[in-house]
Amino acid sequence: MQQQQDVVIGLEVHVQLTSLKTKLFCSCPSDYRGKPPNTHTCPVCLGLPGSLPVVNKKAIEFAVMAALALNCQVSERAVFFRKNYFYVDMSKNFQISMYDRAGGTPIGRGGYVDIDVDGTRKRVRISRIQLEEDPARLVHLGPIELSPYTLVDYNRAGIALLEIVTEPDLSSPKEARIFLQKLRSILEHCGIFDGSLEGSMRCDANISLAGGARVEIKNITSFKEVERALSFEIARQRELLKRGQQVRRETRHWDEDRRMTFTLRVKEEEHDYRYFPEPDLVPIVITEDFIERVRSMMPELPDHRAERFMREYGLPEYDARVLTSEKALADFFEACVKLYPSPKKVSNWLMTDTMRVLNEYNLDWSSIKMEPEHLAELLKLMDDGVISIKIAKLLIFDVVLKGIPPSKLVEEKGMKRIVDENYLSQLIEKIFREFPKAVQDALKDEKAVHFLVGQVMRHTKGRADPALTNELIRRKLNELQRSS
Amino acid sequence: MKRLLELTLFELVDALRRGNVSREDVVDAYLSRIKEVDSKLHAYLAVNEEMRSNSSSEGLLFNAPIAIKDNISTRGLPTTCASKILEGYIPPYDATTVARIKAEGGLIIGKTNMDEFAMGSSTENSAYGPTYNPWNLECVPGGSSGGSAAAVAAREAVASLGSDTGGSVRCPAAFCGVVGVKPTYGLVSRYGLVAYANSLEQIGPITRDVRDAALLLSVICGRDPNDSTSVDPPSKDYLSALVVDVKGLKAGIPKEFFGEGTDPRVAEAVWRAIKLLESHGMEYEEVSFPHLPYSLPAYYIIAMSEASSNLARYDGVRYGFSAFEEGEEWVKVFSKTRALGFGAEVKRRIILGTFALSAGYYDQYYLKALKVRTLIKGDFDCAFKKFDVLLAPTMPLPAFKIGERIEDPLAMYMVDIDTVPINLAGIPAISVPCGFVDGLPVGLQIMAAPFHEHVMFRVAYTYEQCSSYHNLKPPI
Repeated sequence: MQQQQDVVIGLEVHVQLTSLKTKLFCSCPSDYRGKPPNTHTCPVCLGLPGSLPVVNKKAIEFAVMAALALNCQVSERAVFFRKNYFYVDMSKNFQISMYDRAGGTPIGRGGYVDIDVDGTRKRVRISRIQLEEDPARLVHLGPIELSPYTLVDYNRAGIALLEIVTEPDLSSPKEARIFLQKLRSILEHCGIFDGSLEGSMRCDANISLAGGARVEIKNITSFKEVERALSFEIARQRELLKRGQQVRRETRHWDEDRRMTFTLRVKEEEHDYRYFPEPDLVPIVITEDFIERVRSMMPELPDHRAERFMREYGLPEYDARVLTSEKALADFFEACVKLYPSPKKVSNWLMTDTMRVLNEYNLDWSSIKMEPEHLAELLKLMDDGVISIKIAKLLIFDVVLKGIPPSKLVEEKGMKRIVDENYLSQLIEKIFREFPKAVQDALKDEKAVHFLVGQVMRHTKGRADPALTNELIRRKLNELQRSS
Repeated sequence: MKRLLELTLFELVDALRRGNVSREDVVDAYLSRIKEVDSKLHAYLAVNEEMRSNSSSEGLLFNAPIAIKDNISTRGLPTTCASKILEGYIPPYDATTVARIKAEGGLIIGKTNMDEFAMGSSTENSAYGPTYNPWNLECVPGGSSGGSAAAVAAREAVASLGSDTGGSVRCPAAFCGVVGVKPTYGLVSRYGLVAYANSLEQIGPITRDVRDAALLLSVICGRDPNDSTSVDPPSKDYLSALVVDVKGLKAGIPKEFFGEGTDPRVAEAVWRAIKLLESHGMEYEEVSFPHLPYSLPAYYIIAMSEASSNLARYDGVRYGFSAFEEGEEWVKVFSKTRALGFGAEVKRRIILGTFALSAGYYDQYYLKALKVRTLIKGDFDCAFKKFDVLLAPTMPLPAFKIGERIEDPLAMYMVDIDTVPINLAGIPAISVPCGFVDGLPVGLQIMAAPFHEHVMFRVAYTYEQCSSYHNLKPPI
C-alpha cells in the first residue's frame, strides 16, 4: 500500500457488553440473537408510556473495567443524558447515552491502546468511553432503499453498548483494522465481550485527507469491513482531490454488499441532538473503592499475556503477539501446550497451517472446530512416525473444519505411513522395470534419484516413508552398479 | 350511619371490614352515582364495570373504589392521557401506585379526565372534552387532574390519584373543595406515570379529608426498584401524625404568595385559616422569598424542555393513534401522526421545549432555569431552618369560568404561580378547603420540608378538625 501520511482516521466503536445477562435499563434477557422477533421486550425497552429506566449495575462494573483496561481515567460521577432524534429504530425517539459537555461525564477519558503495525509499536489515544443503549434492529427486504417496508425488532433495543472514541491517531485502513482487533482482544480478555457474535462490534470512522473535509462513515460492522470501507473512501477522496474537486463534509453509509460508500446526509442536515441530563436516572457515583475492586478482578490482558508467552514459553515476540491477538487463539495455544509441551511447534502449526486453512475458507478463529487435543494428537502422530508431515498438512483441513480427531482420520483414510520394507522393495523393483531410462540416469546423476522417489510416492499416495524409500532406492542402485 | 356515598375512605374500609356494607353495595352505589351525574360532570374517560369481578384481598383499602388519573398506567384499562394520540392504548402493566392500591385490596373504579398529557390548569385541554366543576357547572374544576378532583368532590369515587407537575393535584383539589397532596419528590414511585416533566412530578392522593389523604399516601409511598428516583421515607405511618395539636409549631407566611393577581377574598380566607391555627397555639411570621418571581418562567422552561423529549415517543409505530398509510415514508407518517394526534397546547409546549434545548439556546434557557431552580430550592431550605411549615393560598383565585382563559396561554400559566415553586423545590404540599368565594371553594396550601409530610399532615388535620369546610358537599 502506498504511503498515506496525509490520511487521518478516528474511530467511534460500539461494542455490545455481550457478557451481561440483561439489558442496560431493564431486566429483559440480552441473548437476542436467533430469537423470534419482539419476544425479548418489556414496557421499558419498548418505550411504553410511563416506563422508567433502571441502570444495570453490572454494566457500570464492566464499563469501568473496560476503561481501566484501555488505560483511561475513570470518572467519579457518570451521568446519563438524552440524545434526542427521531428514527424508526428508536422506541422512545431519544437514546439514553452519556455526554461530555454541559456537566456530563462519560465513564472513562484520556486512555490509550498500543498496537503493533509491521513490527513497530504505535499508541492510539482513546478520548472517551461511555455507556448507551442499542437501538432496535431494522429488517429490510433486500437493499434498504429498495425495500417496500421496514420491520422493527425490539429484541436488540436496550442492549448495553460501550462507545469507545479514539483520537484521530490512525493513518491507514490497516492500522484501523489492527486497532479494532487489539480492542476486541482486550475486551475479550476482560471477559465482558464476545466478538464472535454477529453485530457485537460496529464502528463509525472519521476520515480526512490533506486538503479535504472530514467525512464520517457509518455502518461498518467488523474489523475486516473497516479496512475495506476506509480503503474505498481513501480512493474516492483521492480521486476527487486529483481532479481538483472538493471533498464535502458529510456522513456516508458503507454498503457491505456493494463495497462502496454513499451519501447519507451533508453537514447542513446534521442533527441537533438537544442533549440534556436524563431526569429519570440519578448520577452514578463511582468511588475509589469500587474502581479498586474492579481493578483487582481484572484478568490478564493481551500485552501482559504476550510478554508471559515470551517469558514462559520462549516464543519470539511476533508469535506471542499474533497468538494473543485473539483470546480464543491464546487460550487454544495454552491448552495445547499443556498436552504437547513444545510451544514453538504448537505456535508454528497454529500460525501457519491452521491459519492457512482458515484463510482459504475465509473463516474466523471462532468458527474453528479443532480442539487443542486434536492438534496435540496430530503432532504426536508425526513424532511417532505414524504419518508424515505432508500427510499432517493434508489432514489438518478436516481437523480444523470438521473437528475430526486426527487418529480417526488416519484410520478411516488409511493414511498411515508405509514402513513395510518388503512392500516398498517390490514396488521399487516394479518402478525400476517401468523406467529403465530413469534408472540409467540415476546411476550417473544424483538428481534423477528424486524422480524415482517421486514415483514411489505417487504409487503410495505419499504414504511411503521418505527416508526408507530413499534408502531402498539407493541400495538397489548400488546393487545394479556392482553387478554391471 | 352516614349514607354509603358520604363515608370517607377510612370510614368505608372500616364499614366493609366489619361487614356493615358489602362490596356489591359499594360498587353498585358508586357505579349508579357515576351513571347519575357523570353525563353532567364528565369526570371519567373510562369506567371499570369489570370491578365487580375483581378479586381483592383484605388490606388497608379493602374494596374501596378508587379513581385513577388517565396518565397513570392501568393494566387492561385504557390510558390515554386525554390525548387523541393514545386513543385505544391499553397498557400491559400497572403503575406501581396502582399495583400498591390493588395489593391493599383497593378497586380501580375508572380513569379520570385531565388536561392532555397533564398540560393545563383547567381540564379544558382534554381531547375528549372538559370536566365541569361540581360546585358550579359553568366553571372549570382546575387541572390538570380535574377529573380526579371532581369525581371525589361529587361522590363518584371515594378517593383518587392525580399527578402534580406544577400544581395539577393541588389546583383542582382547591377548586373542587377537596384535599390534594403533592408529596416530596421521590416519595412516590413514578413508574407507570406517563411522563410530562419527570424531574418535577409526583403522583398524589385526592381525597375528601386529611385522614384519607394520609391513608392513601401511606399505601402508595416508598421506594420502588423500578424508579431510580424513588426512596423510602423515615416512616410511612402518616395516620399517626394526625393529632389536633399545633402548639409550638412555627409557620412562615411567604408574602410573595399573596402578591399581585391574588383575589383579596382568597387572601382573606387564607388569613382566617392562619389566625385559626394561631388561636390553637401555632406561631407565625411573614417571610420573603427573593427568587420566587422567577419560578414561573423557570418552571415552564424545565417542564416544556423535558416534555419535548418525553413526548417524542408518540410516533404511531407501536401503540395509539397512527396516521400510517401504505407506501408513505416514515418521516411523513411520524409528522402526520403527531400533527393530528396532539392538541394545540401540547404542540405549543413541545415546540417551545424543543427550542429551549436547541444548540445555542440550551445555556440561555434550560441551564439558566436549572440555576434558578437551585436558588428557589435554597430559599425554601433557608425557610425550613426556621419554620416547620409554610402557609399560603393554593390558587390565587377561585375556579374561573370555562372558556375564560383557554384562548390566552399566559393568563392560564399565571394561575400556577403559587403551586409551581413547590415542584421546583421538590418539597411536599397539601391543599385543604378553607372557605368559599362566590360559592366556589378556596384552598389553603401547607408546605413542609422534604420528607416532612407528617408535619404537613398534622397542621392540615388540626385546621380541618377545627373548621368545617371539608364537610360541605357540592350541590350536584
